[in-house]
Amino acid sequence: MNFGVVFLLTFLIVCAASVAMTKNLLAAVLIQMGYSTIMSVIWLVLESPDLAITEAAVGAGVTGILFFVTLRRIGLIGGKGGRKK
Amino acid sequence: MKQPSRNVARFVNWVEGEEVFPVPEEAERNQKPRKKKAPVKAKPASPEKEKRIFALVYDGISVVVCLTVILTLLVTVSWLPRFGGQDNPAENEVYIRYLEGELEEAGAINAVAGMILDYRAFDTLGESNVLFIAVCSVIILLRADRNRKTGALNIPELENRRALQPDDSIFRGSAALLVPIGILFGIYVILNGHLSAGGGFSGGAIIGASLILYANACGPEKFERAFTFRTYQWISFFALMTYTLLKTYSFYTGANHLESHIPLGTPGAILSSGLILPLNICVGLVVACTMYAFYSLFSKGGFGNGQ
Repeated sequence: MNFGVVFLLTFLIVCAASVAMTKNLLAAVLIQMGYSTIMSVIWLVLESPDLAITEAAVGAGVTGILFFVTLRRIGLIGGKGGRKK
Repeated sequence: MKQPSRNVARFVNWVEGEEVFPVPEEAERNQKPRKKKAPVKAKPASPEKEKRIFALVYDGISVVVCLTVILTLLVTVSWLPRFGGQDNPAENEVYIRYLEGELEEAGAINAVAGMILDYRAFDTLGESNVLFIAVCSVIILLRADRNRKTGALNIPELENRRALQPDDSIFRGSAALLVPIGILFGIYVILNGHLSAGGGFSGGAIIGASLILYANACGPEKFERAFTFRTYQWISFFALMTYTLLKTYSFYTGANHLESHIPLGTPGAILSSGLILPLNICVGLVVACTMYAFYSLFSKGGFGNGQ
């Protein structure tokens, strides 16, 4: 396996671990979106570009937005009084 | 015998978002005296100490369970055959048939589209239906209703993002650049699903993400005049229905060795490969509507003024 793929896979593991470690929910969602972006690059390297497109649109786009909306709904990020805890 | 009806009422209240205070069940109330006896026997531990011991045991057990799962998975992985090896069980005549006969039988240059929308089309129909069912459950749980007495929404709307930040010209400008490109690219991916990489699901996801971006940046009001709950219902219904009818016809004729009269066209042209193009369009419509419906239901509990 070449160096690039190993680098990407290492980054994937680091992302997955840090999602579980972060206390900040906003940061966790952002890291998860980064994870999906890296994953879509890996799909591209593995020669399945259609999966890469889907992963980028769903994993990095829509899922993150749904997480943000849900977190705002339950009042954990954003809101009128600036950033809550 | 009144127990079930009360539980149903509590469940309905819970679904409607009203707070339900835990009511001790009959069995629990009967058990209470027995519960009291147990701590008397185990006298020495004070509540704080018990809590600490419980936390320690809990942490220990969770670490052990986690390590066991990791070890099991790693051992399983080490037993798997080598990636891409020649003697793997996946290396059989099925994929050779798919790759060699696909161009004559399905007529799609993109072999993946030929597989998922021709040979395995009922799998894809199931996936589209799964999306539809997911939206149905989100509607059941999150759709806002008006209270019959007060007329107020039982799920309050989120404060408008634009009201919070009226001057976000950077976001709105980049959205104005990105949304048309995104929607056009999604349509391109759907229409070229049988010629190049992509297809209904990827293109639909791109269109759905662009629609969400538009609704976020430019305000959903204008968009919602065109896209109401009824529009969503009709688009999903027609897409799923068309898919089912077309594919039922082609499977029926195929299984009975009848002539299906669906021209395959010349491979490489947009209007070719039989049913794959209309099926791709159906899947794309369902996916795009589903993505936007998720966002709309999560953020507002409905599809705009028409609810």
